[in-house]
Amino acid sequence: MENVKVTIDNQTVEVPKGTTIYKAAKQIGIDIPVLCYMELEDIGIENKPGGCRVCSVEVEGRHNLAPACATEVFDGMAVKTHTMRVINARRTIVEFLLSDHPKDCLTCKKSGNCELQDLAIKLGIREIPGQEYAEMSTYKTDYSPSIVRELDKCIMCRRCESMCNDFQTVGALNAINRGFDAAVAPAFEMDLQYSPCTYCGQCVAVCPTGALTEVDHSRDLIDAISDPNTTVVAQTAPAVRAALGEEFGMEPGTLVTGKMVSALRELGFDYVFDTDFAADLTIMEEGHELLDRLNRHLQGDSDVKLPMLTSCCPAWVRFIEHHFPDMKDIPSSARSPQQMFGSIAKTYFADQIETPREKMVVVSVMPCLAKKYESQREEFAEDGNPDVDFSVTTRELAHLIKEANLDLKNLSDDDFDRPMGESTGAGVIFGTTGGVIEAATRTAYELQTGQQLNDQIVFEQLRGFEGIRKANVDFNGTPINIGIAHGLGNARKLLEQIKRGESDFHAIEIMACPGGCIGGGGQPLHHNDTKILKARQQAIYQEDQNKPIRKSHENPQIQKLYKDFLGEPLGQKAHELLHTKYFDLSRKIEIS
Amino acid sequence: MSSIKVKIKQQDLNKIREICQAHGNEPGELINVLQQTQEHFGYLPAEIQEAVANELGLPVAKVYGVVTFYSFFTMIPQGRYPISICTGTACYVRGADNVLQEFKRQLGIAVGETSEDGKFSLNCLRCVGACGLAPVVLVGDKTYGRVSPDGVKDIIAEYQDKE
Ligand code: SF4
Ligand code: SF4
Ligand code: SF4
Ligand code: FES
Ligand code: FES
Repeated sequence: MENVKVTIDNQTVEVPKGTTIYKAAKQIGIDIPVLCYMELEDIGIENKPGGCRVCSVEVEGRHNLAPACATEVFDGMAVKTHTMRVINARRTIVEFLLSDHPKDCLTCKKSGNCELQDLAIKLGIREIPGQEYAEMSTYKTDYSPSIVRELDKCIMCRRCESMCNDFQTVGALNAINRGFDAAVAPAFEMDLQYSPCTYCGQCVAVCPTGALTEVDHSRDLIDAISDPNTTVVAQTAPAVRAALGEEFGMEPGTLVTGKMVSALRELGFDYVFDTDFAADLTIMEEGHELLDRLNRHLQGDSDVKLPMLTSCCPAWVRFIEHHFPDMKDIPSSARSPQQMFGSIAKTYFADQIETPREKMVVVSVMPCLAKKYESQREEFAEDGNPDVDFSVTTRELAHLIKEANLDLKNLSDDDFDRPMGESTGAGVIFGTTGGVIEAATRTAYELQTGQQLNDQIVFEQLRGFEGIRKANVDFNGTPINIGIAHGLGNARKLLEQIKRGESDFHAIEIMACPGGCIGGGGQPLHHNDTKILKARQQAIYQEDQNKPIRKSHENPQIQKLYKDFLGEPLGQKAHELLHTKYFDLSRKIEIS
Repeated sequence: MSSIKVKIKQQDLNKIREICQAHGNEPGELINVLQQTQEHFGYLPAEIQEAVANELGLPVAKVYGVVTFYSFFTMIPQGRYPISICTGTACYVRGADNVLQEFKRQLGIAVGETSEDGKFSLNCLRCVGACGLAPVVLVGDKTYGRVSPDGVKDIIAEYQDKE
């Protein structure tokens, strides 16, 4: 490819033709502030509306300023990124944005983590000229089970739209109206809950302002802990331990499992358990279901549905319910680990500690926004009492720890309570793309072949970061084809293949978020740095390696649970407590 | 939990299918499809947008986004006597805005709205090519030239007693 030479702030750099000023500058370590622009490397998403002009720079010989994120370099171009003219323009642009923005930073959920606030601080904005006359746009706040939309705070960067349409292919959000009334909203400006939104939270993960945030359950949690008559039980998802430290200034990829357990105890939880335990349980059920379908298929049963799709990501489940309702019988019927945990905690464990379920509050700490919605699904409750009372995100937990003034870094490394805190390496890797299917493979392989995996416990062919991956695992002479997709756009591609009858997969793992749950909508914000996701992935694999037991079926507490309570995997009790069914939630055009 | 049902008349759905097919059911043809659909139905209510989205395989949010972006699409049925006021340069300079304000006042509706009895709707147009007659008002196909705010009453009266 043809290269061009450009000079930026007196430094010369050679870049391929077509490179933007922003990227050329980045190569030589010059940081140009951006607001609407977003690039998520490794997952192929670029949002480049060129609308906000915060990235304005001066180009020699051009009379107006150029948006660096959207202007391509040419040979001999000379750029200045911080002349007084540029700085003044930038400030005016941000002042203008702020004139139509609520000024409630002190109480805004995004405060301290908001890109607009950062810019205002950086540019030293002290007043907003013309504020007295400025007309403010007003929108009603929209509460869905997982996401709050406060469009008064929307700056129309359209990053959310890129995630929802391009990455997830959900199409719940779109830019509407023009000029002053412009916003990003579902069709007919209806509430998000009536749209095909999956609650994956990827729009929330990239929104630079407080316009999109999670439904906050921290107060409910404080109330529950404050009530002396309730037993409060925590479960923590695998991906949380690989990211929570970032909120306390630790390097991305730092594992804080033990410190997180201490923090939860310090906060006053009565029992600190692990969703990883339930992930092992999921593998018992899902693994057996896979083998059952597989063996029936190998025996020539043509009714059996293959490939089997994983079902532990509630955003993915809602996606298939909305967009591919005619395929809703191919995911595994196994509930997600969060829900398996809830139903076992409020039966098996509640019996052990002789506490009625109404007096027990099960709280999940999740990297996820869809889990908030999932915990509220009607089928996951008994007489109106939910199996999981509510779910808080990694970010909400971090806030609570800060609120309690606990110094996470210096907390001791504690261990989870028993029985539901015992888990294996297989449970941990649920937190990353490829992990669920690797965990299932470890168990299914041993059950099917009767042979121990020993040293070959790691299935490298299932690991990685590619959006769609294919691998073949040899089950002692029987080749098993496995597919992996993260991101619903990638999932859609695999589903369409299945629909056309072109798929030869036996099992497919699907996760809605980039990188799987490590990139969930409830995680510390990555601010468009996908290297952080990869560091979290490494941390998850590290945790797997540290575990003495790495196969779900060898978890002694899981074995005990089946022996004392559940009976057999896929048995009647397991079916009642650990399985579910799916619904057709699609929009249907009907003749009136 | 169940699916969301959108009701539409069979003949309307057939018409939408016909229009979409004429454009090869191409998502890229959305604007043209909407234009023809609006020509046929007079406006683009929610269920029509849902059906178009379904035929073209597009999210309905996308269709709604396009409908609200372009001012020539409307979700409100036009009045039986649609009133359009030219706000092109010549008409504007000659006082079109005062005429517009007078129509708004007398009909009690804003631009883009339809009167409660369904008789009148109000819209603005860019230059209609009759600048010599500025300011220009159209009611349906009929053109009125040199309209002054005082003349608004007479124009409305002309249609008030018609069905
Ligand atoms: S949560 Fe996911 S599906 Fe819902 S609007 Fe946001 S990006 Fe789209
Ligand atoms: S809601 Fe957030 S991400 Fe979406 S356009 Fe507005 S500011 Fe940008
Ligand atoms: S991938 Fe994980 S974090 Fe993302 S929606 Fe699914 S379960 Fe939640
Ligand atoms: S960041 Fe370049 S125009 Fe917004
Ligand atoms: S400006 Fe009104 S007709 Fe030309």
